[in-house]
Amino acid sequence: MATPAPARSPVASKPQTARRRPGRIKGSSSRRHKGSALQSKAAWILSLPFLLLFVVFTAWPVISSLYFSVTDIKSRDLRSPFAVSFVGLENYAKVFGDETFRKSAFNTAYFVIIGVPLTLGIALAAALALDKGITRFRTLFRVGYFTPVVTSIVAVAVIWRFLLQPDSGLVNTMLGWVGINGPNWLGSTTWSMPSLIVMASWRNFGTAMIIFLAGLQSVPVMLHEAAAIDGASTWQRFRHITLPLLRPTLLFVSITTGVGYLQFFEEPLVMTKGGPLDSTISMSMFTYKQFGFGNYGFAAATSYVLFVIIVALTAAQFRIFRSNT
Amino acid sequence: MNSKRSTSSRRWLYVVLTLGFVAVITPFVWMILGSFKGEGELLKVPPTWWPESATLDNYRDLFNKESFLRYFFNSTLVAVCVTIGNLIFCSMVGYALAKLTFRGKKVVFLLVMGTLLIPSMVTFVPLFVLVANLGLIDSYPGLILPFLVTPFGVFLMRQFIIGLPDELLDAGRVDGASEFRIFRQIILPLCGPGLATLGILTFLGSWNNFLWPLVAAQTQDYYTLPVALALFSTGQNVTPHYGILLAGATVVVVPIVIVFLIFQRRFIEGIATTGIK
Repeated sequence: MATPAPARSPVASKPQTARRRPGRIKGSSSRRHKGSALQSKAAWILSLPFLLLFVVFTAWPVISSLYFSVTDIKSRDLRSPFAVSFVGLENYAKVFGDETFRKSAFNTAYFVIIGVPLTLGIALAAALALDKGITRFRTLFRVGYFTPVVTSIVAVAVIWRFLLQPDSGLVNTMLGWVGINGPNWLGSTTWSMPSLIVMASWRNFGTAMIIFLAGLQSVPVMLHEAAAIDGASTWQRFRHITLPLLRPTLLFVSITTGVGYLQFFEEPLVMTKGGPLDSTISMSMFTYKQFGFGNYGFAAATSYVLFVIIVALTAAQFRIFRSNT
Repeated sequence: MNSKRSTSSRRWLYVVLTLGFVAVITPFVWMILGSFKGEGELLKVPPTWWPESATLDNYRDLFNKESFLRYFFNSTLVAVCVTIGNLIFCSMVGYALAKLTFRGKKVVFLLVMGTLLIPSMVTFVPLFVLVANLGLIDSYPGLILPFLVTPFGVFLMRQFIIGLPDELLDAGRVDGASEFRIFRQIILPLCGPGLATLGILTFLGSWNNFLWPLVAAQTQDYYTLPVALALFSTGQNVTPHYGILLAGATVVVVPIVIVFLIFQRRFIEGIATTGIK
């Protein structure tokens, strides 16, 4: 992922906004006043470089992105982005009327709906096995499983393109050993998307696994022991003790993974260029392509649609998980 | 009997975990081995595992013909600058937000929290227009400045500094030290673990960053490694040289994996406590 998609961890302490005011010096009120004025000044000076860079390179683009999306700005308007004409919601109308965009929205949904559960499932299984199941080589497995996460998606996509080659690829060769005639994974409209999903899960499950491992630390061993004495099976204990206690962690991980997957971009760009027949083009790729054509206003509108979907999905996941607790 | 059953199920667990381990590591091993194979061998059916005749030609071409040395330098320079910027600026704001009272503190904090999850996809178009108008497309500042501070970094440092005891600051204040001195001489020396986590995660993020360098570097002189690799692998006019591609992927992956293996404890702790990717 280009930008990290972090959020507050359920295992970290809650942010303490309403904390007692620190650093008051006992003394006369005027002295106290002077002290806090100095502190205020110091705080602003300390925040100044951040605020400047932040306003210019983050806040401003977010706002002007919304502005761009209601104009017909193109690459030739680069020098005078405010001399363009206002077109209202025309770009948005065009976005939803565009067949390739609808295809890209479908592909993105496919990627998220299958990819997130698959990634989390693998991650949870690995975390459970490493947490309780085994004693030896725990660090080795943990480090190994996490390794793909630190590698560049572009590089990973390059490697997998070779692994998935129809004839000389490792995957089909191994399938051949057990008598399966593997398809042309990336060249098939049926198999291209599943290939990308499996690759993304392979690369990303390590993050979720580490967060699950941290979450599992908070499940008291005593509860498991008590349930085991009462005759609860391993599955029952998982279902009725571990899973409910892991709910906040699951919420957090499914949101961050979902937000990341909604923006998937490098995988189709490097492995399939969105093909075959647009079967793997993602919303991000669609935005990038429109940007490449110089349609900045239209591109901004597509990116805002994605943004709204991300915000809505995050909110929805919060509601679903909250209401069940 | 019960213990016997659990021993055998444990054995199965080891088998499954080992298979998973092999599945995770094999693509990387295959990449490294493939980068030493000649062009003909890479197209063989069935594929070979160990190189029949190991060659360094791929790396020679990569660095001589394709100027990957330059891209390597670009990636490193950008990542180092971005990391240093985040360490300095984010810890400054983090301290202000964690330990100081000031008017507008809530606004600053909400700004940080509200923009934690903004995807780069949303901002890159206007950011490109802005940076182009500043004349910074195809320049190092253009690659570095937008990432010099991150809301995530501020959040991480605030969470870390808020856990440091107030008594230390009070002691400094009673002695008449300025807030800047307290920050430099009391807070920063205690921030080691927080800064290490932030530094490692920022470096990693920058090294693998793709979208922004892809649009902000228009000529080869400013390509970073992932950009060069992606454009090289999707090039339309040249038949892809498989060996060079694998060597390129190795050059992108291996340094960061080595960094990861050295600092793996801190990496994993950082992920566990912050949940960043």
